[in-house]
Amino acid sequence: MNTMHTTLMKDKLLELFETEQQNIRGNATPMVNRIRKHALTRFKTNGFPTTKKESWRFTDLTPLLNTEFAFDFRNQSKSTDIEKIFTCDVYDLDTYSQTLLNGWLIYKHAPLTKLADGTIVGSLAKAMEVYPDLVDNYLGKAAATDQHEMAALNTAFLQDGLFIFVPDNTKVEKPIQLINIVNAEQPVFLQPRHLVIVGKNASITLVHCDHSLTHNISFTNTVLEVFAEEGAKVEHYKMQNKGRNSALVTHSFFHQKQNSRVSSNIITLNGGFTKNIVEATIDGTNCESEHYGLYLVDSNQHVDNQLNIDHRAPGSTSNQLYKGILDDEAKAVFSGKVLVRRHAQQTQAFQNNKNILLTDEAKANTQPHLEIYADDVKCSHGATVGQLDPDAMFYMRSRGLCERTARQMMMIAFAGEVVQKISIDALRARIQNMVEKRLKGELSICEQCVLHCNSKEPTSFNIDLSKL
Amino acid sequence: MADKNNQILEEVTGSDYKYGFYTDIEMDQAPPGLTEDTIRFISAKKNEPQFMLDFRLKAFRHWKTLEEPKWAHVDYPPIKYQDLIYYSAPRKRPKYDSLDEVDPELLETFEKLGIPLDEQKMLAGVAVDAVMDSVSVGSTFKKTLAEHGVIFCSFSEALQKHPELIKKYMGKVVPHTDNFFAALNSAVFSDGSFAYIPKGVRCPLELSTYFRINAANTGQFERTLIVAEEGSYVSYMEGCTAPIRDENQLHAAIVEIIAHKNAEVKYSTVQNWWPGDKQGKGGVYNFVTKRGICEGENAKISWTQVETGSAITWKYPSLILKGDNSTGEFYSVAVTNNKQQADTGTKMIHLGKNTKSTIISKGISGGKSNNSYRGLVKTTRNAENARNFSQCDSLLLGDQCGAHTFPYLDVGNRSSIVEHEATTSKISEDQLFYCLQRGIDMEGAIGLIVNGYAKEVLSKLPMEFAVEAQKLLSISLEGSVG
Repeated sequence: MNTMHTTLMKDKLLELFETEQQNIRGNATPMVNRIRKHALTRFKTNGFPTTKKESWRFTDLTPLLNTEFAFDFRNQSKSTDIEKIFTCDVYDLDTYSQTLLNGWLIYKHAPLTKLADGTIVGSLAKAMEVYPDLVDNYLGKAAATDQHEMAALNTAFLQDGLFIFVPDNTKVEKPIQLINIVNAEQPVFLQPRHLVIVGKNASITLVHCDHSLTHNISFTNTVLEVFAEEGAKVEHYKMQNKGRNSALVTHSFFHQKQNSRVSSNIITLNGGFTKNIVEATIDGTNCESEHYGLYLVDSNQHVDNQLNIDHRAPGSTSNQLYKGILDDEAKAVFSGKVLVRRHAQQTQAFQNNKNILLTDEAKANTQPHLEIYADDVKCSHGATVGQLDPDAMFYMRSRGLCERTARQMMMIAFAGEVVQKISIDALRARIQNMVEKRLKGELSICEQCVLHCNSKEPTSFNIDLSKL
Repeated sequence: MADKNNQILEEVTGSDYKYGFYTDIEMDQAPPGLTEDTIRFISAKKNEPQFMLDFRLKAFRHWKTLEEPKWAHVDYPPIKYQDLIYYSAPRKRPKYDSLDEVDPELLETFEKLGIPLDEQKMLAGVAVDAVMDSVSVGSTFKKTLAEHGVIFCSFSEALQKHPELIKKYMGKVVPHTDNFFAALNSAVFSDGSFAYIPKGVRCPLELSTYFRINAANTGQFERTLIVAEEGSYVSYMEGCTAPIRDENQLHAAIVEIIAHKNAEVKYSTVQNWWPGDKQGKGGVYNFVTKRGICEGENAKISWTQVETGSAITWKYPSLILKGDNSTGEFYSVAVTNNKQQADTGTKMIHLGKNTKSTIISKGISGGKSNNSYRGLVKTTRNAENARNFSQCDSLLLGDQCGAHTFPYLDVGNRSSIVEHEATTSKISEDQLFYCLQRGIDMEGAIGLIVNGYAKEVLSKLPMEFAVEAQKLLSISLEGSVG
């Protein structure tokens, strides 16, 4: 039965690729179309990932593919008054904001902007026309379509998304915020593709938010490629706060050159089905690669974080810290892998995954893997699944705190370790606030949505404290 | 210093296998190949009851539907199952009244291995059931054991004398459908050991079995079954060495342990089969399924293993903690050298309430070897207050080897606590410096550090074994330990 869904969906996509070829290819460069063709072949051979594949063992896509998705491959990038659709409610977050509506960049003035410091920000589709050499040089170089079926699918159908180019020695003052909005009457299947190139000794902060404006079923399969050249500094924040009908598969590929520093932070507050794949390739000495994650899930939400750090060069450091609190029948999967290749001596790699289960129905699967071929390394990993520390609880109670407050404080402190890693003050305060609200059971996804559509279906996901 | 260091590592990882000898005893063999006829031949040879033959055939039919697993982090040429000989037994099979009647050549073999068959060793309190190419050839201390009602004999003997026990327990922990190698073993197993400890008995001796693979081209398929009745205790030791043979030898064993209410079973293994030469030629393929079940309340099973041999090790001694308050332990030292590959670890399945498990795994890799820990800790919905602690450390001796850790944690209820931690590093320069500065030479220093590193596990071994285990470590890490 399940295999039928995937086969049907696969056949449909392959057919669409043929009939919609004109639209899909658009103005893509010949190089991009070559990559596209290769990716399509991979998708033809491998299809959708199944639970038989190790990295998808606990995450089953097949039920999601049973929806009649609407596809539209026509270029929908256009000029709109964005404020009418959406305003970010982090008021004091001063950013260059870019908005994607159903996978296409919408803009006020021009699809591609050159900032005063020379940074180019805008639509990838447009960038393929205006800067074909730049795109050809980087696109598809980090996204491993041979290993990741969903990345292959995205590459085969890639059309638009965010494009950023930061020239050498440029420090982008304000963070660049990408707001990814899904607003559709019908169930949609979207595949945005982002490309971020950060030149030598340049630095950039990227804030990436996913929102849905309607409660319709949506499936978003994103690929982000980030190239950090020598000495570059990249901070990437990803906020996921979507409705329970939405499915997200997100790939973030980081390619790091010498002395570069990447810090990625994925915070999942809500979402029906979320799979985050983070892959960092450390291709130069002296790199730092830091990966933080926080997931607070309940009802029957499913979140899967898969990390893959590939140390190809000596003398670099990587760090992974993923923490989660699981309520109701939520399920969380963590599969982290650190690969230290033969020549990557003096590598330091750390990996940690901590989970708190609040109910007996919640389930955590964690696989922190190390694969090490070099001897002069310091690698460690740890994983815990458990409850709040009874000793700490006793201490707090003995100080006169009620059980409810004590529990909330401990959970907030547990999540705080990840939140504190956010270096933008306004964003950190906002996330801290959201996490606190979330843990107190006050946050609903409607709060994030400016439409306040008064949906009949109550969409608040309360953590039921009586269960604690 | 680095040069000296390298030189010592070279010596350490480059030493020859010390237990390489081959005993020339006439063999009684089945023709190569695996068909239902082979199985009937084995079964008939051993004069087995009908239920046993049915079990074998069922397993064989299931095996034919399976594919060899490929997920382990090991690499080897495909095994030609049809070219193997599935049965080989020493032709002379006398009943010994005293040691004088034993084939002197065999005694010499045992002498080289240091098997305590002689009077002196008897006083050491060890009962030995030595398995030489699948058939039991010597047994001691039967009398003492019999007085306590303990049954300890070869699997074939148990089939003749206690078929009801075999029928009741065989295949209950590792069913013939469990995996490829378990199915193969279930179909063709030649012999093994059987131990039964009656209710309330504390086994007065440490039971010990020595396995050896001898003839070229024969797979050794033993089957061990240990049943500990309510309130009983037994410590069981299994030790292995194999002579140098040029062709790879397949070893696919099954060990099943059943511990009833309040029973305790301690299972210790020292495995030192031929690991192949420095080029990776030859060596034993060790594909073993070991599993125990804590059937009743408060039962306890512990696995302790020192793995220094075999070209390829594929082995996950597992425990099912079914009874409430039952305890599982796994202590392991795995040393790989030259081109050895080991993919080993454990599975702890928590089903009962308040069940506890501890996993301590120490991997040491040298030469061009690969050493992986792969383990699963699972707590189900009903396993309230389950507790697990796992620690898996790896030590790398050289820049050509690999050390990997693949833990899986599946937690299905809120009251259980599961912790896993692991580190990978080389021998600490600081520790080396400290030892050298105290006048200990480089060899001694490495030995001291490695020994200290493995101590936590070695200390869990029974006395007699601990000595042998240390010897094996010193052979694997020649010149540095002692």
